[in-house]
Amino acid sequence: MREITFAEAICEALLEEMERDSTIFTYGEDIAKQGGIFGTYKCILGKFKDRIIDTPISEEVIYGSAVGAALAGARPVVEFHFADFIFTGMCSVVNQIMKIRYMSGGQKKLPIILRGPDGIARAAAAHHSQSIETIFMHVPGIKVVIPSTPYDAKGLMKTALRSDDPVIFFEHKRLYKTKGPVPEEEYFIPFGKADVKKEGKDITIIATSRMVLESLEAAKELENEGISAEVIDLRTLVPWDKETVINSVKKTHKVIIAHETWRRAGWGAEIAATIYEEAFEYLDAPIKRIGARNVPHPFSPPLEDAVIPHKEDVIKAAKEILSL
Amino acid sequence: MGVNLLDLYETMVRIRLFDTKAEELFLQGKIPGFIHSYVGEEAVATGVSANLRPDDYITSTHRGHGHMIAKGADLKLMMAELYGKKTGYCKGKGGSMHIMDFSLGVLGANGVVGGGIPIAVGAGMAIKLVRKSDQVVVCYFGDGASNRGTFHEGLNWASIYKLPVIFVCENNMYASTAYMPETTSVLDISARAVGYNMPGISVDGNDVLAVYEAAKEAIERARRGEGPTLIEAKTYRLKGHFVGDPELYRTKDEVKRFWEKEPIGRFEKKLFEEGILTEGKKREIWEKVEKEIEEAIRFAEESDFPPPEDALTDLFVDDRGYDY
Repeated sequence: MREITFAEAICEALLEEMERDSTIFTYGEDIAKQGGIFGTYKCILGKFKDRIIDTPISEEVIYGSAVGAALAGARPVVEFHFADFIFTGMCSVVNQIMKIRYMSGGQKKLPIILRGPDGIARAAAAHHSQSIETIFMHVPGIKVVIPSTPYDAKGLMKTALRSDDPVIFFEHKRLYKTKGPVPEEEYFIPFGKADVKKEGKDITIIATSRMVLESLEAAKELENEGISAEVIDLRTLVPWDKETVINSVKKTHKVIIAHETWRRAGWGAEIAATIYEEAFEYLDAPIKRIGARNVPHPFSPPLEDAVIPHKEDVIKAAKEILSL
Repeated sequence: MGVNLLDLYETMVRIRLFDTKAEELFLQGKIPGFIHSYVGEEAVATGVSANLRPDDYITSTHRGHGHMIAKGADLKLMMAELYGKKTGYCKGKGGSMHIMDFSLGVLGANGVVGGGIPIAVGAGMAIKLVRKSDQVVVCYFGDGASNRGTFHEGLNWASIYKLPVIFVCENNMYASTAYMPETTSVLDISARAVGYNMPGISVDGNDVLAVYEAAKEAIERARRGEGPTLIEAKTYRLKGHFVGDPELYRTKDEVKRFWEKEPIGRFEKKLFEEGILTEGKKREIWEKVEKEIEEAIRFAEESDFPPPEDALTDLFVDDRGYDY
């Protein structure tokens, strides 16, 4: 199978759906002339004259306008430039996009996609480096997608582009250049369906985005030491695939949850609490959670490394659990 | 003049009686939450809306009953929503401050001051880029919202893309308890239009015909694809910020002086002078509207509250239990 990058996979999904659906238009900062900071618009440049738009740096309108556009029959795909900057337009996201359908009593569908880069960049410091997905899992009203591979990115983006609900789609900055197999033929990946990226029997590692890759590396090294780790990629956080998680817990009886976002009240805490509530009797050991340390991401590379989670943290946690 | 003056009069009376009655019912404890009365500002929504077609859009505010009624909303569904009943516009999920009727083009009253501005801009984008029609969007907001960032972002945005949006600032002199000249850098909010390279005009917001004429010009301009206009309608909030407001920030004398300039009495005087309105006709209109409102109240009171399980519906289109 051919291999393409994560960024190309996103663009391909957008290209295919824009060709099919004339109500899709996409806008944000630095996309129409330059193809996006990470190249996610390169394949559509020059193809849709009025439907790919560079906007002013006006985030309240970038996000809030999506509500008006969707209600008027369009399907806006909004680039958030850097996830860090969503906060400058957060009222429009949380109070309008995420609430308006509910507050209207479900009068109309609200097909909106917010998408763009998130996660750490290398040595970019705390205004361009953070993983903020948990916030959107906490407040009800938007579906949260956070893929780890080009294959998943394309299949989930295709589903998002046909969804009738608001979707926020997090693309990790350090994944954009990673390559992976993506079939030429069309496919869709449903929301709420986790992917077991590696099967195992001794311990379950639940992860998303960059931490899926770190966990797979960790699993490989653990394998050399005779430990069989199962790696589950949740792929979407709202909804999240409780069934696959609980089934794995019933099999391995030991759990690590690994995410790049902060450990304190990160989404791993929610997953862990659910496992405790619904599968406590299957656990042989307390769940371990791995996440960023509870500080803003520092600039200097050694400091940054000290804050963010790596495969070594996953290996260490696995060994600690298994030595119990 | 292509407008029926008695229709304008009747619409103003309908708004006045609806909000007067809503205030009374709120004070009797029949309506939960808050009521923000539009009494005194009826000429604005009436004069603007008389130029609108059913397929045009509006965005409204927390003080939005008048905007809804002028756009042709069903009083029964409005009143039922105020009561929190299942038969209301939003099935009891929005209430007074968030009434919406997407089928009427009412893209929502909005509990966030200035929250409707990005939504209006987005509808304008959909009209221009996707619908390619001559529809327009009227964006109502108050003097308080003109100090928000969404005002700056939205007017700049509408201007650069020449969107068919008419920004109608209802300057009623008070943003909650704050006196407009003490919180605003200009006395004429229309002066701000210069900064956005769009026409700006201040009109007497208590003169329905002045509003009508100003809106007519702006709306025709927008339909021709010539872009947005900022209209400042200078009016006065005759009631408190909300029903029950102790109004410690202004004198009773001041309010009394403005009652002498209220829009319905002024217009009535003119209609009597011109022989368009007679005492008999006046009584007929008031009685007809009173009856409509009594029917709306009866409908609301006879309707059921939504069952508790309805709280979990209408968030997403697929509605399949995201409560985990």
